[in-house]
Amino acid sequence: MSEVYEDTIAAVSTAMAPGGIGIVRISGREAFSVGDQIYRGKNGKKLSEQRANTVHYGFVEEKGERIDEVLAVILKGPHSYTGEDTVEIDCHGGVLAMKRILEAAFRAGARPAQPGEFTRRAFLNGRMDLSQAEAVMDLIQAKNEYALKNSLRQLQGSVRQEIQEIRENILYEIAYIESALDDPEHMSLDGYRERLEHTVKQQKKRIEKLIAGSGEGKFLQEGIKTVILGRPNAGKSSLLNLLAGEEKAIVTEIEGTTRDIVEEQINLRGITLRLLDTAGIRESESRVEQIGIERAKEQAKDADLILYMVDSSMPLDENDEKIMELIREKRAIVLLNKNDLERKVSEKDLEGRVEAPIVSVSVRENRGIEELEDQIQELFFHGKISFNDEIYITNLRHKQALEAADSSLKLVEQSIADQMPEDFYSIDLMDAYESLGKILGESVGEDLINEIFSKFCTGK
Amino acid sequence: MPNVEHHIDVAVIGAGHAGCEAALAAARLGMETVMFTVSIDSIALMPCNPNIGGTSKGHLVREIDALGGEMGKNIDKTFIQSKMLNQSKGPAVHSLRAQADKSEYSRSMRKVLENTDRLTIRQTEVTEILVEEGALKGVKTISGAVYYCKAAVLCTGVYLNARCIYGEVSTFTGPSGLQAATHLTDSLKENGIEMLRFKTGTPARIDRRSIDFSKMEEQFGDKRVVPFSFSTDPESVQIPQVSCWLTYTNERTHEIIRENLDRSPLFSGRIQGTGPRYCPSIEDKVVKFADKNRHQVFLEPEGLYTNEMYVGGMSSSLPEDVQEAMYHSVAGLEHAKIVRNAYAIEYDCINPVQLKASLEFKKIRGLFSGGQFNGSSGYEEAAAQGLIAGINACMEIQGREPLILDRSEAYIGVLIDDLVTKETHEPYRMMTSRAEYRLLLRQDNADLRLRKYGYQVGLVSEEEYQAVLEKERQITEEIRRLSQTFVGMSSRVQKVLEEQGSAPLSSGCSLAELIRRPELDYEKIRELDPDRPDLPFRVREQVNIHMKYEGYIRRQMKQVEQFKKMEGKKIPEDLNYEEVGSLRIEARQKLETYRPANIGQASRISGVSPADISVLLVYLEAHRRTEKTAEEE
Repeated sequence: MSEVYEDTIAAVSTAMAPGGIGIVRISGREAFSVGDQIYRGKNGKKLSEQRANTVHYGFVEEKGERIDEVLAVILKGPHSYTGEDTVEIDCHGGVLAMKRILEAAFRAGARPAQPGEFTRRAFLNGRMDLSQAEAVMDLIQAKNEYALKNSLRQLQGSVRQEIQEIRENILYEIAYIESALDDPEHMSLDGYRERLEHTVKQQKKRIEKLIAGSGEGKFLQEGIKTVILGRPNAGKSSLLNLLAGEEKAIVTEIEGTTRDIVEEQINLRGITLRLLDTAGIRESESRVEQIGIERAKEQAKDADLILYMVDSSMPLDENDEKIMELIREKRAIVLLNKNDLERKVSEKDLEGRVEAPIVSVSVRENRGIEELEDQIQELFFHGKISFNDEIYITNLRHKQALEAADSSLKLVEQSIADQMPEDFYSIDLMDAYESLGKILGESVGEDLINEIFSKFCTGK
Repeated sequence: MPNVEHHIDVAVIGAGHAGCEAALAAARLGMETVMFTVSIDSIALMPCNPNIGGTSKGHLVREIDALGGEMGKNIDKTFIQSKMLNQSKGPAVHSLRAQADKSEYSRSMRKVLENTDRLTIRQTEVTEILVEEGALKGVKTISGAVYYCKAAVLCTGVYLNARCIYGEVSTFTGPSGLQAATHLTDSLKENGIEMLRFKTGTPARIDRRSIDFSKMEEQFGDKRVVPFSFSTDPESVQIPQVSCWLTYTNERTHEIIRENLDRSPLFSGRIQGTGPRYCPSIEDKVVKFADKNRHQVFLEPEGLYTNEMYVGGMSSSLPEDVQEAMYHSVAGLEHAKIVRNAYAIEYDCINPVQLKASLEFKKIRGLFSGGQFNGSSGYEEAAAQGLIAGINACMEIQGREPLILDRSEAYIGVLIDDLVTKETHEPYRMMTSRAEYRLLLRQDNADLRLRKYGYQVGLVSEEEYQAVLEKERQITEEIRRLSQTFVGMSSRVQKVLEEQGSAPLSSGCSLAELIRRPELDYEKIRELDPDRPDLPFRVREQVNIHMKYEGYIRRQMKQVEQFKKMEGKKIPEDLNYEEVGSLRIEARQKLETYRPANIGQASRISGVSPADISVLLVYLEAHRRTEKTAEEE
């Protein structure tokens, strides 16, 4: 494991809501030094020169460029949340500024906090009492599972594929070098340097392209994947439009209007949802509509959240049965829509058939939406936990891992230029391989040994 | 019928490379020791390849030597060719390998054993271990004799229920037709030990007189031989050496093999055991690497007083007639006469996750094990474990802390840690790529790394230890001097640099900075360093490596610092993982099975995620606080 438990970490410690004030928290031995590198006080003083437990006004800058106007709080260990030296930067430039501040902190030597790491440190440093141990452990595991799932889901297929390929190329070279080191009488490294130089250059280019792409937001998808399911004309598209605050999906009274998936990113109380409107589920003669329904089912499979829209003015039918089947064991909320009309379906009718919480709404009259938001918050804040910051930091973790891989490959190039012996290359190649593995959630394990034995015929 | 009874301190079962080191360590540390073997004539036998060392294995031998083991000294006395491999590469992967005179190696080791006080060699088969209440009480032999002992070390190698196979022929013997041990497995199973079945193989031996060397390339030893042992006088190993020979298989060879694959017991399923991937039989190579049109074959002498030649690279379990045809198809072997057939061997070994890092069984106090019995392969891997098991059997008896080397200290640490924390699917072989911190674990600094442990344990003498301390002092002093000695831009300096193909100075600089230039090293700037003290080669070597690779070494040392923190976080032996609610089920099961000794070890178990480690850290802290509160009350 390469993550260390006593180095300096950074993350956003409030939900990342657009427009609101957010706090970037930096904690660990080097917290003040990281702070000094990114913060410029109005009075010109460094953070590390200030007294503990004081608040300062200034700017976060990187390479002379001003990112945001901030308040910086200095907390000296053990009198901080984590019990370590901590710098908290209150910024108000919105999500983008927070992300940039965080990235600046990473470049200044902090690393992205692991899910639940602030809390874990707080506990280990004696800042929380024994009775909270159980809750802390649950929180760590829950946050991790969520982060892991998200980290993979947010990766676009093509990006994933690309990273996998780069990794394979790197692993091949490590295995080549190691086989030759292990069996010098069988394998020669003559002329290998030039070949490796070429390969490394190519992989570096590919990684750098990914890094560039990640800034434009093309790289990662953000938010809780939320799929709206329901029979035709239950009001799914209307809900999307309502939550999005504009007409994104075409709404008509004709059943089966929505055939392809309509996607929209929205923000609810600081929680980002990737909202997907889908075709209504029903037996349909129309080939096009049928494909749409299949897609809806596909999307539902790996959704983080399903909003099941029920038209409460119509009795349930066999299509609802199918939908209930789809949402079993998924995180879901049932919405009894059209409560402004005469009700044919009530909470009682669903009792015992769905486990999900039920909210009565009227999309048309904008009623019950508050309650829906409560429910989503309950599901994803899980008591006090905000998973939403996890999603943002996952993106940054990916980016940082790419940057780490890139600098490892730079070191390989340097070693080649310095004419270091071949065994030095594989050390940094391995680091690059590991960094990329973190993005895919893959640990190294026996990969190298397996690659050596499967690709190269060595041994007595 | 009255049975013989004995009372001793340590019983060592087996006299191979693990058994020899274990028995010597125990006896030298003051234990009354008996070493059991089914055949005294096969002590320290090399039943497969005739060499000691090689990549990463050479490191192991150096480490064994630094700790006070015998293997390095013994090969220095009995080698007939020696080579430092990978010399064109970095110092971390330089590896010594020597061809041994097999029978001399065996005889010389036997002589050492027979002349070690408190050590008795006993030829008989141990059939049972006697265990009471989770602690070892003694061992029983086939004749019913009972040896009560305080600790035992199992080093049965490939002898447990051994079966040798080639073609249709299968014999229930150990290597080279030696008697197998057929009872002990049952006794181990009865005591709750989980057994595995592994396999390995060896090539044919050929009569030297029937080989046409003119069709082969001669392979010489190094002009200047470096000894394995830090105690061997380097001058004493400058002896005449013999050659090995290189030839190749060809398409015809591969055709013969392919045509007869159905007659191979490996492919027909007659061999059940799991074989090692790093040491494939020639039929494996031909099948797996079908696109390769030739494979290397090394002809290596088995000793000075025999004509037997080992055919490296062509181990096999094909029938005799196919073996004949296949060997004859190789250039230079057209008329080769086979002395011994190639064969595969199957044997019982344990699943090593049942062991602690001290090599003691987690469930049976006083029972230790080492070598192939632990699922490893190779003479050097065996000797290393034998030494550690032998030492720790004594530590246990004497109530002292076990000697556990970690991954940042020694290849031995990597080897044992891998064995006890990773799932074993094949015989385990050491490889340099398994060592994360290999820049620090060099063969040239094994004494600097490990002498202190050998000394603390009691296997390294005061004199040997003082020598290392002196070496350390000289290295530090010389590094300091080089960093503080400056040269200016005199025309003499510029001229020397030019001669070495190095850029002229643009300002004054230290000697250390010059050494760091890729094209220069410690020896090359001698001319610019008139006040240089006269230092032994081994000190100069360390100084040079240290200066040249400083940046890389420093990086690894930083990683080690972090690693040590994780290793330092101990997990109580009796931890109830059921109580740690938030662990994922898979992680809980794995932790329950492996029962890691510390957080570092836990993190290396596959199936235990970083989040599980976090949870465990919190649990341990909570546990510690509860205990503390309980104590205070």
